[in-house]
Order: sequence, then structure tokens, then C-alpha cells
Amino acid sequence: MSNSKLPEVFEKREQEITDQWVEQQQATGRKLTAAEREEANRQSREFIRSLKGALRKNSGGGISGPEWAGVRDFLVDLSSRRAKDGYSPRETASFVFSLKQPLFSALRTELGADSKVLADETWQATLLVDELGLLTTEAFQKTREEVILRQQKELLELSTPVVRLWENILALPLIGTLDSARTQVVMQNLLEAIVQTRSDYAIIDITGVPVVDTLVAQHLLKTVAAARLMGADCLISGIRPQIAQTIIHLGVDLSEVTTKATLADAFDVALRRSGHKVVRQDAAPSGAAAR
Amino acid sequence: MGEFLLVTIQVDMHDRLALTLQDDLTGQIVKHRAHGVLIDISALEIVDSFIGRMLASIASMAHLLDAETVVVGMQPAVAITLVELGLPMRGIRTALDVEKGMTALRTAILEGQDGDSSSIR
Repeated sequence: MSNSKLPEVFEKREQEITDQWVEQQQATGRKLTAAEREEANRQSREFIRSLKGALRKNSGGGISGPEWAGVRDFLVDLSSRRAKDGYSPRETASFVFSLKQPLFSALRTELGADSKVLADETWQATLLVDELGLLTTEAFQKTREEVILRQQKELLELSTPVVRLWENILALPLIGTLDSARTQVVMQNLLEAIVQTRSDYAIIDITGVPVVDTLVAQHLLKTVAAARLMGADCLISGIRPQIAQTIIHLGVDLSEVTTKATLADAFDVALRRSGHKVVRQDAAPSGAAAR
Repeated sequence: MGEFLLVTIQVDMHDRLALTLQDDLTGQIVKHRAHGVLIDISALEIVDSFIGRMLASIASMAHLLDAETVVVGMQPAVAITLVELGLPMRGIRTALDVEKGMTALRTAILEGQDGDSSSIR
């Protein structure tokens, strides 16, 4: 590409290419607000500027060379920003691909006389734009994957909260399916919270667990056993009728664990075991409104 | 400590040390006529199945000598390891720290005097 006419043509026709390109983008892209159009305009001109610089210094090593660093950074930044803003992959990639038409027409105007040179140059330009387009798509994909990973992590943490109900009673509302990885997180969170709050009782509420099979039951029993080793008593609550049936049909032995149908019942048991008593304060002076 | 013995495990337990501990502890229980043993393992960071079994057998031995055992201060990581090893140590009383362990011992001894010490097998 070292003796390519592309940089020369580009330099000469920069204004024309840029204008056509911006127009092209606005014609093919979705409807933009005035501010978005302004932003797209600015981005396009900035890109053209850095592309021009890179073309001028180009030594022929493709876009992985150091002189292309500016262009690469710009594109990666742009597409990752677009990925976060909810652009589609097509919209992001067409930012680069729509450059083809103005570029080719500029080449044709300049080199139209010599069809062999024109074909060569067009081919070079295609290669270049394709490379840039691939880079954009890759960056777009990568940002999306990062978002997904982060969400997975957040979901894992969100779904295993440990709540302090009383001075020495913890609750662990489980939501979603329990697999081995989650059990580890749940167990760790629970044990750390037991140490932190010096709790004697932990209530594991499984209202939000859709399915309990032997594996899930085993995970639950493990958690209970680990909490017991730390000196905390575990209660399991929120067992729905279907789940009670499944547990018995599967032959899972939960007899060593105190189980209750609702979190309220389990809380009541924990309060009583820790020596607390809940009484209703009757405001009525006549007094005898007993419950 | 009165009628209680407190054992603090400060170093990594290796097998020989564990056996020495069994000897010492049973001797001390008889000598001091202790009714309760607190084993503090808060400094213990690594456990294997041998240590788990050792703790269980110390508890049984102490029970034979009419003393209740409470293991206190287990690290979360240790608890998870023991459970994953399949050693939930059902026969042993546990408590979060020494203070809670003392309370647990007193309750256990009271229960024992009432002739109801079914929790240690």
C-alpha cells in the first residue's frame, strides 16, 4: 500500500468525502434527534481527521501498525459507547461501512481515467474499510460481553442477601435455583454474616426456590451443617405444599432440621428459642382484650 | 476456669500433636474433675478429615469422663471444608466464640443433670 494513491486522493477530497459520508449515515441510520445528529457529525469529522493522519503516515502494515493506534482507539471507544447506549450491531458497523461509497466515488473521480489503477485502489480501500468494520464489531461484541458478565455477577450477589431480623437472628431469603456455585456463595455469605452479627439463629427461606430436587436438598443440608459448625441453629422456612411432597417422594431426610411453612412461623420459633417474647400492646385501658 | 477446661489450638495441628492433646486433655479432665471442655479453634485455618475425627473422638472421650465438649470459634472456611469433606460432626456442640461456648456449656451441663443428654451420641 506504500505507493497507493489513496492518501493523496483522501487528502484532496477530504471535505467532499466527509460531507457525503455524514449525509449517507443520516440517510441510512435511524431517526436521530438534533443533538444526536450533532454528536454523529462531530464523531464523523473527528474520525476522518485521525484516519487522514494514519493514512499519511501509513507504512503498509495494515491497521495493526502503531500509526493506526489513534484510529483504533477512536473506533473501539465509539463502538463500546454505542453498545452501552443500545445501538444495534448493524447501526454500529454501518458507521464505518457507509464510508465506502463516498470513498469509492472520490477515487473514481480522481482516477477514473486509468481503470486498472482504479480497480487496485478500490480493492485497497475495501480492505481497509473492512478491517475497520471488523474492529468496530469486535469492540461492540466485547463491550456487550462485559455488560453480560457484570450483570451475572451482580445477579449472583443480589440473589443471596443475608438480612438481619433481630439482634441474633438472620434471614436468608433464597430466590431462584440453587446450584453448586450459588450454594458456595450462599454458604460463604451466611457464615460471614453469622460471624459479623454473632447470630445464634439463621432462617433459610426457600419460598423463591422454584424446584427442590435431591441436589438442592443436599445443598441446603450442607449449608445447615456448616452454619451449625459455626454455632448457629438453622431453620428452613417457606416450604410450599408441592415442595413438601417432592421432598418426601424423593426420600430426602430433613428431620434433623426445624422446618416451618412460613418465614413468620420460623421467626417466631427463633425468637422464642432465643428467649424473646412477642406481646401485643393493647392501648385499651379496659385491659382484658386478650388474644 | 472453674469446672471448665479451655483448650486453645494455636498452631497447625499435625497428627502427633493431636494425639498428645487427647492424652493431655483426658488426664486434665480427671485431675481437675472438669465438667466442661471448650476447644477454641479460631486460629485453625486448615483442617483435614483426621482433625475432624480427632475433635469428634475427644468429645466422646470427654463424655465418657462426664464432661461436655463445645468447639468454638470455627472459621467459615473451615466449616465449609468440613461439610464438603462429609464430616458435619453431628455429635459435637458448637458455638461462635468462647463467651457463647460458656453459655452453651452451662446449658448442656444443666440438661445433663436433668438426665437428658441425648444430643451427644
